Amino acid sequence: MNKNHRVPSSRSLNAVEVKSKFGAEFRRFSLDRSKPGRFDEFYGLLQHVHRIPNVELLVGYADVHGDLLPINNDDNYHKAISTANPLLRLFLQRKEEADHGTFGTDSLTRKKNTVLSAVLLRPDHNKKKPPVIISLPKDFRPVSSIIDVDILPETHRRVRLYKHGQEKPLGFYIRDGSSVRVTPQGLEKVPGIFISRLVPGGLAESTGLLAVNDEVLEVNGIEVGGKSLDQVTDMMIANSHNLIITVKPANQRNNIVRSGVGGGGGAASGSSGRSSDSSASYYGYSSHSAAASIPPHIIQNFPVGELESDEDEEDLVIEAGGEAEPIRHMASNHSMSSLPRYEPHLNLRTATTPSPDRAMERGSLEEDGTVITL
Amino acid sequence: MRAFLEVGIVLYTLVSVLGSFVKTVEHGFPHQPSALGYSPSLKLLAIGTRSGAIKLYGSPGVEFMGLHDENAAVTQVHFMPHQVELVTLLDDNSLHMWTLRGHNGLSELLEIGRFTLTGPPGVTAVLAHSSGELLLLGTEGGHVFVVEVPGFRELEERNISLDQVSSRNLEHVEALQENPVDPDQVIIGYGRGLMVIWDLEKKLAIQHIPATQQLESVCWTEDGKYILSSHSDGSYCRWMVGGQDMNEEEKSDIPYGHFPCKAISKIVQLPTEEGPPFLLFSGGMPRASYGDRHCITVIHGKTHVALDFTSRIIDFFVIRDGPQRTDPSALVVLVEEELVVIDLQTEGWPIIQTPYLVPLHSSAITCSHHVSTIPLKLWERILAAGKHQNAHYSKKPWPITGGQNLAPDPPQRDLLLTGHEDGTVRFWDASGVCLYPMYKLSTAGVFHTDADPNDNMNQGTEGEWPPFRKVGCFDPYSDDPRLGIQKIHLCKYSGYLTVAGTAGQILMLELNDEAAEQTVEAKVVDLLQGQEGFRWKGHTQLDIQEDPVMFPAGFQPFAVVQCQPPAVVTALTLHSEWKLIAFGTSHGFGLYDYQQKNSVLIKCTLNPSDQLAMEGPLSRVKSIKKSLRQSFRRIRRSRVSLRKQHLQEANARLEAELAEMELAPVQRKIEARSSDDSFTGLVRTLYFADTFLSDSSHNTPSLWAGTNGGCVFAYMLRLPSVEHRADEPVTAQLSKEIQLMHRAPVVGIVVLDGHGAPLPEPLEVAHDLARAPDMQGSHHLLVVSEEQFKVFTLPKVSAKMKLKLTAVDGSRVRRVGMAWFGSSRTEDYGESGLLVLTNQGDVHVVSLPHVKMQVQYPCIRREDVSGIASCVFTKHGQGFYLISPSEFERFSLSTRCVVEPRCLVEAPLHSGCSNQHQSQPDGASSTHRYINLEVSLMSRLSWIRTPN
Repeated sequence: MNKNHRVPSSRSLNAVEVKSKFGAEFRRFSLDRSKPGRFDEFYGLLQHVHRIPNVELLVGYADVHGDLLPINNDDNYHKAISTANPLLRLFLQRKEEADHGTFGTDSLTRKKNTVLSAVLLRPDHNKKKPPVIISLPKDFRPVSSIIDVDILPETHRRVRLYKHGQEKPLGFYIRDGSSVRVTPQGLEKVPGIFISRLVPGGLAESTGLLAVNDEVLEVNGIEVGGKSLDQVTDMMIANSHNLIITVKPANQRNNIVRSGVGGGGGAASGSSGRSSDSSASYYGYSSHSAAASIPPHIIQNFPVGELESDEDEEDLVIEAGGEAEPIRHMASNHSMSSLPRYEPHLNLRTATTPSPDRAMERGSLEEDGTVITL
Repeated sequence: MRAFLEVGIVLYTLVSVLGSFVKTVEHGFPHQPSALGYSPSLKLLAIGTRSGAIKLYGSPGVEFMGLHDENAAVTQVHFMPHQVELVTLLDDNSLHMWTLRGHNGLSELLEIGRFTLTGPPGVTAVLAHSSGELLLLGTEGGHVFVVEVPGFRELEERNISLDQVSSRNLEHVEALQENPVDPDQVIIGYGRGLMVIWDLEKKLAIQHIPATQQLESVCWTEDGKYILSSHSDGSYCRWMVGGQDMNEEEKSDIPYGHFPCKAISKIVQLPTEEGPPFLLFSGGMPRASYGDRHCITVIHGKTHVALDFTSRIIDFFVIRDGPQRTDPSALVVLVEEELVVIDLQTEGWPIIQTPYLVPLHSSAITCSHHVSTIPLKLWERILAAGKHQNAHYSKKPWPITGGQNLAPDPPQRDLLLTGHEDGTVRFWDASGVCLYPMYKLSTAGVFHTDADPNDNMNQGTEGEWPPFRKVGCFDPYSDDPRLGIQKIHLCKYSGYLTVAGTAGQILMLELNDEAAEQTVEAKVVDLLQGQEGFRWKGHTQLDIQEDPVMFPAGFQPFAVVQCQPPAVVTALTLHSEWKLIAFGTSHGFGLYDYQQKNSVLIKCTLNPSDQLAMEGPLSRVKSIKKSLRQSFRRIRRSRVSLRKQHLQEANARLEAELAEMELAPVQRKIEARSSDDSFTGLVRTLYFADTFLSDSSHNTPSLWAGTNGGCVFAYMLRLPSVEHRADEPVTAQLSKEIQLMHRAPVVGIVVLDGHGAPLPEPLEVAHDLARAPDMQGSHHLLVVSEEQFKVFTLPKVSAKMKLKLTAVDGSRVRRVGMAWFGSSRTEDYGESGLLVLTNQGDVHVVSLPHVKMQVQYPCIRREDVSGIASCVFTKHGQGFYLISPSEFERFSLSTRCVVEPRCLVEAPLHSGCSNQHQSQPDGASSTHRYINLEVSLMSRLSWIRTPN
């Protein structure tokens, strides 16, 4: 993570010019590029210069491509400072008025022509449709990925579903069936487990990586052959925190073609994970077309050991009585479980906004953000 | 490296002490018996079942079991007179010859031959001839075939074909009987009624007896002078056997006559040394008024009793003794659900208590609890209490005394407690091969129930005809399902017992050697704790008798807790040292101080969004009602449409619906468990432990509770000092809550001491029966969920080790128990292990404290859900599960504790013929057997995975 702290050497100027806009008001000031300070200091500074000490703000800036990107932690703050060219254009919004759809690619350039502040208004053609809600980067996390492409036969697909304390259901059903296997004796019909239904809006459907009639071959690396439907059901539920299903897709036309990438070995892995945002499917994202066009370079390999360790300390222990803190009621807030462990070591954030997904946030940042593509 | 070594040692020792998995013996009453046989010379009883099993019983402990390869019902069992062979007839018309063969000083039941009569006619009657060499087979076609045994060679020249007897169609052969005084004469009874006395040597008919009614059975009197026949119209006739062709019946009677009667299916007349003979027959009841009764009538002189059984009569026989072995001493009746033995020599014909074949299911079993190594004192007190209850049984010893029981005396006294639907708890001596009833506790007396205790199954009023007398204890009809026992916990040191039932009742009982009048103090505990929006739609709570109740000697209740809402008690535990009980339902759990008789703690575990738990068990019934109403509406609607001539349309729609239903495949939803799932608050397990809950230097009493939603609550208990125990309150304070992230139901909680051994039971150390737990090293908490075994450190709860089960092979934990495996080689060495039964029916042994899977054996079929649910483990590596409503199968994983029948049956000495299977008892053989076991253990070492 320290890479973001580097001072860009190409910049000769040491001061960054800042133009901050809140509503109709502008403020201008400058910052030291080499010592930008922390985000919370910066945040306080903004509140100070705009004289809005008690207003919760969403801070955005225009990057070199004209995209409106958020500033809400040290990392993206430093990024914003280091890439300021030389002017850093800031757009502030009240948090309660915040429009999550504002951030993203082309969000500024599209609106260059509009008279009013580009930030506060959506383009007209978007108004007719329900807005595409795009989460803040802190909420970004992978929801699914295709893994182990280099070791699996091309006809198989190993899909990892991330169900980390999110509300969205896994959303699929399995059934018994029979599949045909090639054996030395010829073709043989053997019993198999198949996906029978995908719940609209569920995690499984939204990934686009699983489809009805796909044959389930393995669950978290364990073959399901010879196991009953109930056993496989229990295995999947037991692994639901981190479910890895190896399927033989019913539709074999969308298989990943390994075109010489395998030579690099590691080249195939780790570059990027493909993930469609979970909320996208609510608005009729055509996930199947997305699945159909998976380029070969967005594949990840996950070491199996990592899967194991993930959930090790998930159990939530509440100490009570004696000199320990007073009893906090669980109130089914199970997502708090990840809190103690995944305390970000930068310790930037005030503790008032405990995020259930902070753990994932960290993970995604470590992967240099490329996991998140929209 | 150190860890590696440790694991290696554990693996080695566990394997060396574990031995193997063996199913040793079946306890209880065979399911669906279909045939009965008895050998007066061997004094052995044989029962065949509809599933093709054949079981032999002699004196207590002498048991044999065989299973026919065919999956066909056994219809007849006949011992070869004076031999160790027996013949079975199955309903697929095959005959099987079995023998008891000696092997290493023990007898084994072996099948030695089978025979199927060529040609289509089925065998309807079998006579094992007293010569021991012939078998007469009567068939459906009316022919009698003579077969030589044991080789099953058909002697064609001796067959008795129908045309040798009569030119008329006589239907099938109903009965075949040998003349008791002349083995050459047999009587052949045909279905139409005609009976023929046939001389086997001369091969001709001596006498024709022309009965006119459909024949049911034939009996030759002891002196060979008379023949008794019973008929389908409820009559029986007595015929003189004489030289001259006497066609007149000497005596004919319809005992329960005037109105049409049911058939007399079997009749027997037996003489006595002095005095009138015994006449016994089954059936013959007046069709209209008592046609549904299952009766055997016994007439002796002026005494006439119709024994009224609670289930269908399969067969009966009479055991005779006295100087000439003629006096009938006991009547043995096999009915569908039990074996009843009646003492015919004692006034009033009392019942002789059966030492085995006891119907476990006289009221359906609802739960079971096993307690090992009962102290002698408690054992004797329970036995004494049981004796009071058995006063009405005959004092005569058990009359079936064949064979020798060679099994060593059981090393310890074990008690199996079964809870029943009618609110009784039965105590069984489970130490040996015979599951012997010791004592029966009824909890119904504490409550007002709908049934009046005086109106059920009492003796008939004076002068009632027929003179019925209820016999047998099989009574499946429960007066009040709320009385059903769900959980039992007995403290073997203090004699305190707690039982909990279906309507949220928890009884505390104490063993009292005297009958006493007690007022039972009731305490209502509201587990909802002000939870809003709750509607209980289930049954109401039981009403307690407010007046003092007279309780007989034995376990007497002194306190009752009633949960509100009165849901089924799902977890129960007792700590007799602290005098506390903890109980849980689907709504929460509570802690009750039975010394001060007040409740210490109540915790509601209900999730307000859990509608199913909120409404109680009857919501399902309501939905049935609703669906009925809906379907009636649909019918009405369809009638309307019919009137409107939309019949076709409606039909088409219906068909489409049906087709859709058929096409819909069986599918399972894959969804992570959430806190909103149903019954997450149901309390699955409760556990008391003296351990380090708050800091690592002071151990304190604690209560642990595990729920269906994967949550564990730990409470620190403060107990007043012994001198103030009676007046200062016990307090409980929540100390920890653990939410398992996989949210699987918690089925077991155990605290392991510094040595990794589970904490001893209360009072165990005080009685010097267990090593004191190691309080120096750090304690560990083992939480067993349906999916994982997880070890946490204490007092700071952090995960240390775990073993995943479901994630790896898809099976789930159904039953779990701690067991101590003693080594079969060294007396004082052993280890603790975790016995686990999964929903796949497999038994696993998990080593402690490292939670490593050791061995796995298939035990119960995965489809046998009730068998899996009924399984109970003992503390010494054995287990029981129900293979039918009435039978426990016993299995053993330990080499030291194996309870199995070891018995010897020798051929009767006076028979003199064909004794080639005579076995020689030799004392050395038992040691030989042990050596074999050891060898098999050594070979088992090879298949253990090397630790990694």
